[in-house]
Amino acid sequence: MLGGITIKEKAQILDREGIRRSLTRIAHEIIERNKGAEGLALVGIRKRGAPLAGRLAERIMDIEGRRVDVGVLDITLYRDDLSTLAYQPLVRSTEVPFPVDGKIVVLVDDVIYTGRTIRAAMGALIDLGRPRAIQLAALIDRGHRELPIRADYVGKNVPTAKKEEVAVLLQEIDGEERVIILETPD
Amino acid sequence: MKLIIKGGLVVDPVAGSVLKKDILVVDGKVARIGSNLSVDGAAVIDAAGRLVAPGLIDMHVHLREPGFEAKETIYTGTRAAARGGFTAVACMPNTNPVIDNAALVGSVINSARSGGLVHVYPVGAITRGSRGEELAEMGDMAEAGAVAFSDDGTPVANAGLMRRAMQYAAMLDKPLISHSEEKSLSAGGSMHEGRVSTILGLKGIPACAEEVMVARDILLAEETGCRVHIAHVSTAGSVRLLREARARGVRVSAEATPHHFTLTDEAVMGFDTFTKVNPPLRTEDDLAAVKQGLADGVIDVIATDHAPHTAEEKDVEYERAPFGLAGLETAVGLVWTELVATGVLTPLRAITCMTLNPARILGIPKGALAPGSDADITIIDPALAGVVDPAKFAGKGRNTPFAGRVLKGLPWLTMISGKIVMRGGVLLEENQQQ
Amino acid sequence: MRLRGKDMVGLRNSTAQEIELILNTAEAMKGIVNRQIKKVPTLRGRTVITVFYEASTRTRTSFELAAKYLSADTVGVAAATSSVSKGESLKDTARNIAAMGADVVVLRHPMAGAAELLAGTLKASVINAGDGAHEHPSQGLLDLFTAREKKGRLEGLKVAIIGDIMHSRVARSDIWGYTRMGAEVRLAGPSTLMPKDIEKMGAKVCGNIEEALADADVINVLRIQTERQQQGLFPGLREYSRMFCVNRERLRLAAPDALLMHPGPMNRGIEISPDVADGLQSVITEQVTNGVAVRMALLYLLIGGGAR
Repeated sequence: MLGGITIKEKAQILDREGIRRSLTRIAHEIIERNKGAEGLALVGIRKRGAPLAGRLAERIMDIEGRRVDVGVLDITLYRDDLSTLAYQPLVRSTEVPFPVDGKIVVLVDDVIYTGRTIRAAMGALIDLGRPRAIQLAALIDRGHRELPIRADYVGKNVPTAKKEEVAVLLQEIDGEERVIILETPD
Repeated sequence: MKLIIKGGLVVDPVAGSVLKKDILVVDGKVARIGSNLSVDGAAVIDAAGRLVAPGLIDMHVHLREPGFEAKETIYTGTRAAARGGFTAVACMPNTNPVIDNAALVGSVINSARSGGLVHVYPVGAITRGSRGEELAEMGDMAEAGAVAFSDDGTPVANAGLMRRAMQYAAMLDKPLISHSEEKSLSAGGSMHEGRVSTILGLKGIPACAEEVMVARDILLAEETGCRVHIAHVSTAGSVRLLREARARGVRVSAEATPHHFTLTDEAVMGFDTFTKVNPPLRTEDDLAAVKQGLADGVIDVIATDHAPHTAEEKDVEYERAPFGLAGLETAVGLVWTELVATGVLTPLRAITCMTLNPARILGIPKGALAPGSDADITIIDPALAGVVDPAKFAGKGRNTPFAGRVLKGLPWLTMISGKIVMRGGVLLEENQQQ
Repeated sequence: MRLRGKDMVGLRNSTAQEIELILNTAEAMKGIVNRQIKKVPTLRGRTVITVFYEASTRTRTSFELAAKYLSADTVGVAAATSSVSKGESLKDTARNIAAMGADVVVLRHPMAGAAELLAGTLKASVINAGDGAHEHPSQGLLDLFTAREKKGRLEGLKVAIIGDIMHSRVARSDIWGYTRMGAEVRLAGPSTLMPKDIEKMGAKVCGNIEEALADADVINVLRIQTERQQQGLFPGLREYSRMFCVNRERLRLAAPDALLMHPGPMNRGIEISPDVADGLQSVITEQVTNGVAVRMALLYLLIGGGAR
């Protein structure tokens, strides 16, 4: 039960192992594409992009032996839907404790859907400085884009219906580790 | 023109009795009071279950005429009185011009005769223009019909002048009504000084601002022998001073208003300017002392200090708003709900405080029912309840903090010289009056 | 979680949860104030009107910057240049401002209750920027924010407020805010400037400044206005200074890492000695920065998203 609406779990897309493998592959792709880890920074989008960015940084460390900068972006103040929301989102701190100027910043989020979150995140990031490039990593791409945005690194493409929801559950936040599709009633 | 009020409980403050009796009214006078009266051709008013009292007297109202007709007029103010169950009012002289000479007293009386619905007894000013500098011609005003003297709204600050005023009024055998306020203690204040004024950041009027003056005027009354009436007693300290004075035999009487025995300074918490009154709403302890004073006779009179203002005047910042509330049309309901229903006062005592006592203090031939007296009668229905709705007020002033409050025990009928002017809370037009 | 009312007229009505929400949000806002591009698009197309019946450059600028950093449009109405000085009533002024489409009205007014009067009249949100001696909630909040930021907590802090408590709206907002968050508030000042029954607001009235300062974690020194002397509320500034000036020697009575605050503007050498005002423990300039962050938080929480 969520807000009085029954939400049914429809299918599991990834389990703990699946998530781990996807992140490892993304880490490799990031290194490959950028020819190493130099000048690289990972910025996770709150909420679940934050732990994912941290995990990717660990993988990159394992592979390349190089520590990359990690930050967290809160995009609430950049959302384009604030006036239409039924609730007021909490504003939390953005923690990007390094200059982004000249960096290749990989934005990290759990799910890419309409693209609006990413648009807001790019706005927020550019207000912090001028990165050399911005790339995007998402654990799940569920389609239905409303803006001309695509992910550079995708853990898994999952075709979904609009009335479905994708829930990424992470140990750090949810105490369990899997990705599921939820069905919301009409 | 004959009329019988049948089956009611007749309250007789003179005899101190409440007895089931009928009253026969003939040509505007009380003809007979007795059991099971019946007269051919007489209209009958069924008063079963109701209290039949001498017409209520409010000895402290502001009718605002002349000068402040936007707030109230003699026409509207006396209608408010009638709707509130009053058959007579004493009006304060702080009009513009101030009622400080015989001609002005006469003009108020004349206006009341032509346009007023209830009896109007003017109070004359103690000092010229109520400026507190020189005595007004109280003798002439008394001759013209002033029943008492007061600079109400402002104190007579100069003790020497007040002493002379008392000596003079004693000669005239008229009471002085003291607006007891030491201005150097109250200046700039807009509410009671205490927890709430501190929270709200409003400058307070300490209780001692009233008590200092009550003490002074009691001492002066004692020394001069003048009858002094303390208006709108609001503090426990004033009640204590009065109690001591009465025990010593000082000729001092006192009144309390319904708002001072109903509301405390907590009511100011939302900055509602309708709660801005002078003296201010006090604390729970003060309220209890005022009730006790009414119950044990230290306070003789319930009077409203009816002080109407326009909506615009009150619709401003609290500090900027004028003092006062419109009290005539809620008074009986508050007395019944707050004092009688709760057992603080018996119905007899409550009615005595609004009839015989003010009549005696003012020296007017009212406040009692006996064969031969004017048929000024108020019938109160203890079971009649209603929600205070300022939109229904007959007076111009709608400035009441009691809007929306449920009151039980309301005036049901007002009769003046045998004419019914109000019935069931509704004023009767001239042509409907019997 | 959001603020319950459409307005912010005082901290008396705020719960601990609400205060915490404001302080947490202000923390995020401070990140924006401290960076190079001090602008987020959050309140694009919204209008904030500041109406000041008293001059106060600092508070007014702080609110206007807060609005601008959030991309709101701001207009200032000053009493001296508007119909305000032509006898128009506060309510009429307010209605006209509302008709211009304000989303937030920030009001500074010399009379207590003015903000509440306005809040009851307008659909727009009203923020009280100081009404008489009643409240000044954004100042109270920035004091709390600064104390929490430096001390890591509010609960259990000992807070001393020194000076003219009677005429201070800051003192009142501070008392509500600190006590609601579990801090202890002590007051010291001339007894003629100590309002009656203030201990019923939850603060402790101390007989002298030394008692109030003992082991204090936060000291808030209030401005003493010379006109209070002319009103006969205390005998003289020299004596005031001798009895109530927070100087180096008295500061030693407080906790070694005590914070020194002042809502400004300061009378150096009267209520606070210059070396203390500029000393290491002074957080007076940080209060000013934090004021912008706190006001941004208020604006966001009152009109930033979520249909009310």
